[in-house]
Amino acid sequence: MTEMVYGAVPVRDGEPVLPKWWRTVDKWTMSCILILFGIGMLLALAASPPLAAKNGFDAFHYVERQAFFGGLALAAMLITSMMSPTLVRRLAVLGFVVAFVGMALLPFFGTDFGKGAVRWYSLGFAALQPSEFLKPGFVVAAAWMMAAAQDIHGPPGRLWSFGMTLVIVAMLVGQPDFGQAALVLFGWGVMWFVAGAPMLLLLVMAAGVVFVGTLAYNSSEHFARRIDGFLSPDVDPTTQLGYATNAIREGGFFGVGVGEGQVKWSLPDAHTDFIIAVAAEEYGLILVLVIISLYMGVVVRSLLRLMHERDPFIRLAGTGLAAMFGVQAMINMGVAVRLLPAKGMTLPFVSYGGSSLIAGGIAVGMLLAFTRTRPQGEIGDILRGGRGR
Amino acid sequence: MIRTPLRPLARILDARQKGENPDAIERENIRLRHEEMRDRARRRAEGRLLVLGLAFFCAFSVIGARMGHLAASEPAEPRASAAGAAIIAQRADIVDRRGRVLATNLDTYSLYAQPPQMIEPARAARELAQIFPDLNESDLLEDFTGKRKFLWIKKKLSPEQKQAVHDIGEPGLLFGPREMRLYPNGKLAAHILGGASFGREGVHAAEVIGVAGIEKQYDELLRDAARGGQPLELSLDLSVQAAAERVLHGGMRLMNAKGAAAVLMDVHTGEVISLVSLPDFDPNDRPRAPTEGNPSDSPLFNRAVQGVYELGSTFKIFAVAQAMELGLINPSTVIDTKGPLRWGKHRIRDFRNYGPELSATKVIVKSSNIGTARIAQMIGEERQQDFLRSIGMFEPTPLEIVEAAGGRPLLPPNWSELSTMTVSYGHGMSATPLHLAAGYAAIANGGMYVAPTVIKQDRPQYGPRVLSPDVAEASRQMLRKVVTEGTASFGDVPGYAVAGKTGTADKPKERGGGYYEDKVIATFASMFPAHDPKYVLVVTLDEPVETSGDEPRRTAGWTAVPVAAEMIRRVAPLLGLWPEIEPGNLADITLTSSE
Repeated sequence: MTEMVYGAVPVRDGEPVLPKWWRTVDKWTMSCILILFGIGMLLALAASPPLAAKNGFDAFHYVERQAFFGGLALAAMLITSMMSPTLVRRLAVLGFVVAFVGMALLPFFGTDFGKGAVRWYSLGFAALQPSEFLKPGFVVAAAWMMAAAQDIHGPPGRLWSFGMTLVIVAMLVGQPDFGQAALVLFGWGVMWFVAGAPMLLLLVMAAGVVFVGTLAYNSSEHFARRIDGFLSPDVDPTTQLGYATNAIREGGFFGVGVGEGQVKWSLPDAHTDFIIAVAAEEYGLILVLVIISLYMGVVVRSLLRLMHERDPFIRLAGTGLAAMFGVQAMINMGVAVRLLPAKGMTLPFVSYGGSSLIAGGIAVGMLLAFTRTRPQGEIGDILRGGRGR
Repeated sequence: MIRTPLRPLARILDARQKGENPDAIERENIRLRHEEMRDRARRRAEGRLLVLGLAFFCAFSVIGARMGHLAASEPAEPRASAAGAAIIAQRADIVDRRGRVLATNLDTYSLYAQPPQMIEPARAARELAQIFPDLNESDLLEDFTGKRKFLWIKKKLSPEQKQAVHDIGEPGLLFGPREMRLYPNGKLAAHILGGASFGREGVHAAEVIGVAGIEKQYDELLRDAARGGQPLELSLDLSVQAAAERVLHGGMRLMNAKGAAAVLMDVHTGEVISLVSLPDFDPNDRPRAPTEGNPSDSPLFNRAVQGVYELGSTFKIFAVAQAMELGLINPSTVIDTKGPLRWGKHRIRDFRNYGPELSATKVIVKSSNIGTARIAQMIGEERQQDFLRSIGMFEPTPLEIVEAAGGRPLLPPNWSELSTMTVSYGHGMSATPLHLAAGYAAIANGGMYVAPTVIKQDRPQYGPRVLSPDVAEASRQMLRKVVTEGTASFGDVPGYAVAGKTGTADKPKERGGGYYEDKVIATFASMFPAHDPKYVLVVTLDEPVETSGDEPRRTAGWTAVPVAAEMIRRVAPLLGLWPEIEPGNLADITLTSSE
C-alpha cells in the first residue's frame, strides 16, 4: 500500500493487455477473417499445384509459402489489433512515409518481373509491393488530416489529403497500376463522404462522371468497343474470363468435388485473380456464398460499429479501411461474374500472395484496433439528459 | 440559430472585474461549440455510414445473386467465337445481266503469330520462309523473338499453304477465318468491278471493303445485311465483255496503240453492256497506284470513263443534227467549204480539199472541218452550248462507279465564236468515250438523252428529248452513208448495217504548246443496225499506227474502224441480233441475164 501511495510500484492503468483486448475486440469480424484465411489455405491446396508443376516445385510448395506468409499476416494482424488507436496512427503514418518513399524509388530500384509494370522490389525469396503497404497507411494519414480539419482553427486537412491522394494516384497510374489507383481514389472518396462532403458537390461530380463517360464512349472507338464487349451477353469462352464463367457454371450448386476442378489447369491466374472460379468449380455455389457473406460480414459489421464511434479520426480511418477491404473483394468477384470490366485484383486473404498477405493482415489489424469497444461517453449523455442521442 | 460569440463582451468584462482570466471563457466556448459540431458531424456520419453499409450489403448481394444465376445455367463448350463488336464479313455477290458471277466470296484463312506461345521460333521462321518465298527468315525470327506479342503473317492462305503451316506444328502460329473477295473471271470487267481489300481486321473475322469501281460505289449496299445476300445485278454481259476485250486487245496490238477503250451501250435503256479499257489488271491482285509517271498510263486508269480526249470529227454530227433541228439546214443544203477558213489569225483546213461547196450530208460523209465550222457559226455559241449540255457533255457521266466522277469534260475557258467552230469538229473540248456513246445513243434512239448505267434496267429510259425523231432519222442516214461511201468504209459489217462517224484528233502536248504531229486519238462512234439502232459502240485507240502501207497511217478509218467492225461482227450475234438477209444486187443479175 505504501509503495503504491508513494509511487515506488507503478500503478497499472486499468486491466492487463490481453484480457482487455479479448474483451473489447470485435470477435465476429475477427472470426470472419480467420475463416477467410482458412478458406484461402483450402483453395491454395486446390489452385496452386498446377502453378507449382509449371514452375518445377513440389506440388504443395505454394501452399507452404501461403501458410508461412499467412502465419506472419495473422501475427501482424493480432499485434496491430492490440495497439491503441493513437499508437496505430503514429506507426501507420510512419509506415506511410516509408512506403511512399519506397514507391517513389520504384522507377530506380524496382523490377517488373516481365509483366510490363514496375511495381515490385525483388527481395530474392519474395517480392515486395510497396503500394500494398501504402494503402492502409494512406487511409490512416488521410483520416487524420480530415479529422483535424473538423477542429475549429484546424488545418485545411481535406484539401491536403486530396492533394496527397492525387500525387499517389498519379504515381500508381505511372507504374501503371490502374486498379490500385482506383482503389486509393475510392478509399479517399468514402472517407470524404463520411466526413461530411456536401451533397450538391457529390451530385455534380456524379453527373460529371456520367457526362465524361458518355463523351468517351461516343468519341473513342477503342473505349466503345471495350464497353460493348463487356456489355454484350456472350463471352468468348477462350479468354480467361470465359474459362472463369464456365468454371462457375460447371460447379453448379454443390461443385464438381474436391480436386476435380479443371479450370485451374487452364487459367494462369487461377491462384490469384480467379481464385473464386476455382472455389466455385470445386465446392460450388455454397462456398462462394459463404465467402461473400464473410466479406459482407466484415465490412457491414465494421461500419455498423463505427456508427457509434465518437472520435472522428477513428471513424474515418475505420471506414476507409473497411471500404477498401470490401471493394477489393467486390471487384475481384464482380470481374469473375462479369458484373465489372476485366481488371486484375486479388481477393484479400484468400488469394495467394506474399507481401500483399502481410499488408492485408496489417490493414485488418488496424481495422480491428479501430472497431474495439471503447467508452463512447454514454454516461455523459445520460447525465446531460439524453442530449445528442 | 443563435450562436454565442467566443468572447462575449459582458462576460469578459465581468471576469476582468473579478480578476479571472478571460481566455478561459473563450476556451470554454470553443469547447462547447466543438462538442456541438462533433455531435452534428457524428449524426451525419451515422446516417452516411448506414447508407454505406446498405450499399455494400446490396453490392455483395448482387454478386451473390449473379453467382447463383451463373451456377444455375448450363456450361458452354470452350469454342472459339467472335465476341464484342463482331465484324460483319458477308458481302453480297455481283452478277452480270444473266446472273453469271462477277464477284463472290471465298472462305479462307489468315495466318498470325503469337510469339509468347512459340516453342521453337527459329524452326517456325525457317519453315515459314520455305513455304512462303516472299517472307524473310531473319525478319521473321526477329519478330518472333522480340517483344511483339502478336503479328500478322499472311492475309490470305490457300488450303495447301494452310496445311503446310499446320504441319509445322508450332502452337504460336494461328489461323483466323477470313472471307476474301474473289473475281472468278480474272481481268474481265476489271475496271467496272474495281476491287476490294480488308478493312478492320480481327482474329475471328475481317471486314471486306471496296476500294474502287462499283465495289466502292455500292460498298454500303453490298455490306448491308438487311438485303439478305441478294446479289447486285449489273447490266454487263459477261460473254459480250469477253469477246469485246479479246477483239480490242488484238486490235490494240495490230494497230500498235498504247491503249484502247470500247463502250457498248443499249440505246434505249442506257445499260452499258460492255466497257473495256486496256491495258487492264486483275482485281484479285489489284496493283498499287503508280507513284511516278503519268497516272493515265497506269492499268488502273479507266480510259473509257476517266480518260478525257479530244474526240475529233465524231462531234460533227452533233452540229449538223442541231442545225437540222433548228431548221437552219436540211441534208441537201449546200455549205460553203472553200478553204482555208480564216477567223482572226486562225485558219481552219480540211484533211484534203473537198472543193468549194458540199451538201450537208457530204460534209459529214467527207468529214469537212470547214463545212462543220460554217454550220456551227449559224448555230451560235449559246445554242451550241445548250445542246451539248443537254446530251451530258458538260458534266461527268453518271455511271455508278467511283471513277466516273473523275471524267469531267474539259471545256474552253471562254467560249468564243472560234471555240464554237473548233468544238463543232471535236477540237478544243475533251470528253470521255462514254460521253460520246451517250450522245450517239440520243441520235440512235430517236432523239432522247439516256444516262449511261451499269445497273441492270428492266424498262427503257425516256429521258429529255433533245432531237425530233425526224432529225434523228436523217442524222442516222448521214452516218450510214459515212460507212457505205465515206471515211468508215472498213466498218461495213454484212447483215448489221453499221452507221457511224470516224474521228482522228491530234494529241495535245502534255506540257501545253500545241499538238503532236504523229500522235493521235482515233475514235469510231457507231450504231447498229442503222435503220432501227439497238446498240451504240464507241472504240477509241490511243496513239495507233497502221504500218501495212507505204507510209504509216493513223486516221481512224484505217485503225479504229476495222477494230470496231470486227467487234460488231463478233458481238452482235451474242447480243441476239439476227443478221439481215440482204437482197442480192438486182442490177448485177439483170446485167448477167442480158448477156
